[in-house]
Amino acid sequence: MIEVRIHGRGGQGNVVAAYVLATAAIDQGHFAQAFPAFGAERRGAPVAAFVRLANAPIRRRCQVVNPAFVIVQDETLTASPDTLEGLRPEGAVIMNSERDGQGLSAAFACTVYAIPATRLSLEALGRPMPNMALLAAFLALTGLLPITGLKDALGLRFGGDVLARNLTLIDQVVAATPAGLWKERADAAGA
Amino acid sequence: MPQALEGSQAIARAVALCQPQVVAAYPITPQTHIVEHIASLVADGRLRCELVSVESEFSAASVVLGAACAGSRAYTATASQGILLMSEVLFNISGLRVPLVMTCANRAVSAPLSIWNDQQDSMAVRDAGWIQLYCADNQEAVDTTIQAFRIAERCELPVMVCVDGFTLTHTLEPLELPSQDMVDGFLPPYRFVRALDPLAPISMGTLVGPEYFTEVRQMHHEALLAAEKEIVAAAADWSAACGRELAPLVRADGPPEARIGILTLGSVFGTLQDARERFADTPVRLLHLRSFRPFPVEALRAACQGLSELVVLERALAPGADGIVGTEVRSALMGIDGAPRVHNFAVGLGGRDVPLSIYPRLLAAIHEPHPRMGTIDIDPRYLPPKARATGETPP
Repeated sequence: MIEVRIHGRGGQGNVVAAYVLATAAIDQGHFAQAFPAFGAERRGAPVAAFVRLANAPIRRRCQVVNPAFVIVQDETLTASPDTLEGLRPEGAVIMNSERDGQGLSAAFACTVYAIPATRLSLEALGRPMPNMALLAAFLALTGLLPITGLKDALGLRFGGDVLARNLTLIDQVVAATPAGLWKERADAAGA
Repeated sequence: MPQALEGSQAIARAVALCQPQVVAAYPITPQTHIVEHIASLVADGRLRCELVSVESEFSAASVVLGAACAGSRAYTATASQGILLMSEVLFNISGLRVPLVMTCANRAVSAPLSIWNDQQDSMAVRDAGWIQLYCADNQEAVDTTIQAFRIAERCELPVMVCVDGFTLTHTLEPLELPSQDMVDGFLPPYRFVRALDPLAPISMGTLVGPEYFTEVRQMHHEALLAAEKEIVAAAADWSAACGRELAPLVRADGPPEARIGILTLGSVFGTLQDARERFADTPVRLLHLRSFRPFPVEALRAACQGLSELVVLERALAPGADGIVGTEVRSALMGIDGAPRVHNFAVGLGGRDVPLSIYPRLLAAIHEPHPRMGTIDIDPRYLPPKARATGETPP
């Protein structure tokens, strides 16, 4: 079972990202679970969401305390120790950041892949909505699910121009991401 | 083919498959998504139903009571403060023996104000005379919702389907929704024999003098006890239709040679199953009390056979007394040969996460004397300064 934790702020589509990732996995024939840990529900407040991906039914319903992967939608949340807390030794972090991944890895003493998801989403969508760029990078790096699965799951939730622009954004991110770079990590986490 | 659905969405779809003619509800976290989904099904023309927006939970309960009396299948959902505001009407619904189904998206009760999950709300109305069924997962919530309508209508009693707020309602997972044909084959159209009819007028809810009151109350009590048979029959018939195994009253999972048991209500069950696999050194039987009202004494005794220690986990408190469920379990097991010792703890109040690591703590705790019920997941860091060292909560 692979456990993923998403940290962001209310309004950044944290829960949507978790639901889309789990839906993609389920529609690809896997088992998955996604749920939020809401704080008070308001824009800008820290929000965490959890995703479990597995090849067997998932029974536990506790929060993810030892994630294999952490997706950080807002870099400022790393000021809280909770954000990277419990990351598994073979785990890694995808961070929405303009900074360089190597520098972030050194700063946080773990493997960090950085992607300027806010800028990319502003360019592609006209809104600061980093979630799909980060998910696309996550799936490209780990190879856990085909990118078409992500696109199909997104298509169940959105349509029209919003969907089209997000699909373009996903393609753009995937093209710029080293495919399968974290495949061994994902295999180790899922073992 | 399983679909990726949020618990609330799946419950709404299950309700729609039962084709209620009237739905009335007032939004309250974490129940809101259920009624929102029903509203969108109505708006999209996928459910033909009178959806009544009301100004409070008191009115929501009153509207569905009136609707059911007038001969409509009716449904509502609520949680927490909402269920307390409904409480007067809840007693009326059951006392008038009106069949209704309500989902309780279990949530803590204020104060302290909390939107998060425990089961204080449904436990607060445990004596309202409703059937109460607790769901361990979202598939069970779907299946139980459908069964609830048949149980309610056959017993002329309202059924509360208790689903852990957020933990189930806001979790997306693969779920099987039955076909309309499958539900239609299981659930006949609603027909209430005492439905209000201007051509044959009756009064409901009239004053009952001391000469009848005791008899009416006793009949209500017996109706609840007799409902056990319908709960069992509904589970058997629905299981045959959908192909999923369903434990109607108490689910027992674990080896017959286990001497230790842990009993829960609701979604902690799955977490304990995984924890048992991780900490596999002792055989443990896990029990899920699905039916809390009626309280299934015989089924519970059978499920506890061979146990010498039984931990009862509460998701609510009865301040100043022992545990709500634990006390009833103890009473049910009292006097039978080889009855297990009952250990009673509250856990996961107000949304506190119940992690896998709770499991070894429970197994360790049975070796200590616990004269009174206590909360097992107290975090001393959040106690007042003077109490931090001892972990004892001051009065």
